[in-house]
Amino acid sequence: MYAQMVKSTGKGVKTPEEMTPEERAFQARIDAGEKIEPKDWMPEGYRQTLIRQIGQHAHSEVVGQLPEGNWITRAPTLERKAILLAKVQDEAGHGLYLYCAAETLGVSRDELIDLLHEGRMKYSSIFNYPTLNWADIGAIGWLVDGAAIMNQVALQRTSYGPYARAMIRICKEESFHQRQGYDIMMKMAFGTPEQKEMAQDALNRFWYPALMMFGPSDRDSVHSAQSMAWGIKTMTNDEGRQRFVDQTVPQAEYLGLTIPDPDLKWNEERGHYDFTDPDWSEFFAVINGNGPCNADRMAARRKAWQDGAWVREGLLEHARKKAARRQAAE
Amino acid sequence: MSALFEFLLRQGDNALVLGHRVSEWCGHAPVLEEDIALANTALDLIGQTQMWLGLAGEVEGKGRSADDLAFLRDVWDFRNLLLVERPNGDFGHTMMRQFLFDAFNLVHLTELANSTDDRIAAIAEKAGKEAAYHLERSRNTVVALGDGTEESHARMQAALDALWPYVGEIFENDSVSDELAADGIAPEPASLRAAWDARVQEALAEATLRHPEGDFAHRGGKTGVMHTEHLGHLLTQMQWLQRAYPGATW
Ligand SMILES: [Fe+2]
Ligand SMILES: [Fe+2]
Ligand SMILES: [Fe+2]
Repeated sequence: MYAQMVKSTGKGVKTPEEMTPEERAFQARIDAGEKIEPKDWMPEGYRQTLIRQIGQHAHSEVVGQLPEGNWITRAPTLERKAILLAKVQDEAGHGLYLYCAAETLGVSRDELIDLLHEGRMKYSSIFNYPTLNWADIGAIGWLVDGAAIMNQVALQRTSYGPYARAMIRICKEESFHQRQGYDIMMKMAFGTPEQKEMAQDALNRFWYPALMMFGPSDRDSVHSAQSMAWGIKTMTNDEGRQRFVDQTVPQAEYLGLTIPDPDLKWNEERGHYDFTDPDWSEFFAVINGNGPCNADRMAARRKAWQDGAWVREGLLEHARKKAARRQAAE
Repeated sequence: MSALFEFLLRQGDNALVLGHRVSEWCGHAPVLEEDIALANTALDLIGQTQMWLGLAGEVEGKGRSADDLAFLRDVWDFRNLLLVERPNGDFGHTMMRQFLFDAFNLVHLTELANSTDDRIAAIAEKAGKEAAYHLERSRNTVVALGDGTEESHARMQAALDALWPYVGEIFENDSVSDELAADGIAPEPASLRAAWDARVQEALAEATLRHPEGDFAHRGGKTGVMHTEHLGHLLTQMQWLQRAYPGATW
């Protein structure tokens, strides 16, 4: 997802007997579905896990501007350009809400950004794939935002209050993101033969990376159990992935596009589609910096940050001067 | 080309080309709030483009849509000011260009809201609200960075000096503007200069920036006679899909 493989304590979930009284009371609140607020006591592991998860989520929104921004200057109509601008503007806004939520845990936006730029924090693997034709912009809205919505809807029930509230705001905007993406896909899939080819090509390249967004299989996801117990995660990786496949297959059929998985088929008994897992070695390569665009994405973000240093300093200095002048006048 | 059509192209092309330039910042701004604000500005300008070029197509009466005008004309048919096709440069350069344009746009739209052509008055009314907001933001940024650090001050002064030769064109009258002014459709650009000067001088003073001397002006944008080399590259990118796959619906 936008937050994948978030490290938790790395130890198993404590039994009630192993917990301190404080931890037991905390766990009882989580189990009762209460929201944890910034001033409440929380285990240090809970705080750290949340910082990693929310920070990664925020970074994903910000880095996620790049693959879509890649097509803003080439959008084929004024309306498409306007819609894409509005969407990317939303994503930057999501980044802002999320950094604010992280700040309630005692970490500043600048600290998180530094960690990202030093390669010590991650962002979603999906944004390390290139956008090569216009239908990719459709595929991102349809598949990437589609997968994100699935996860973010579940996160509206996450146990940390500020995170849950950020998700509620974000989810309101996300359905427009998916709709505009699917709308592009329809135009392409029902368009000229070349457009249909672009649509199929986009689906071919984005299908497995979209499945990877949910993170590795639950079998291999060492930190999930603790995050689930703390109510930070509210849906397992495999649950989300299955739900996504079940939702997306009929949509692809309607478009007349072929999902690049010869083994995809409806399983009457399970009431779900059977499908092929993504190549997890590719996923780990991307997560570890070797995706097709990791180097370019990080270079772009570092450059933006470095080139902007004089602006941020200038604005701060002006604010200081203004405050000093106001004080002198009093 | 009728004067009215040409005037509407000038309006639409300014918004289109500047909106495109601003949109180039997407994901690369100095701070997240600026990413959001720049995207928002670009979005407003593209919206204004749709209105101006939409009306231009209507007035021309040859069945061309706003998209046809945006994506299927070549450089010599564009009627935007040279100022707005200048490359972005650094963030300070982008914001200075925005400020110089916003100040004009607001003063101009305020007059156009009283146009004898109701369609123009209606667009100006709507666009004027956005322009007022853009101006407030670009003015405050110019002031803050001008009156910021030594470096930010120097960069803003350099931007102002580099862009100043593109100011004169904004206020030049010609046969197109003479005709529209006679009909009460649009003001003569020269008549807007004093109001523009007042706004600009006030901001530059607060920004502690030196007002450039000299009034040398590059021209050729709004007449289409001589654009800069930059416009062709901008159009190459912007128009690529429409040109490569003619007749497709997107
Ligand atoms: Fe988002
Ligand atoms: Fe997103
Ligand atoms: Fe989104």
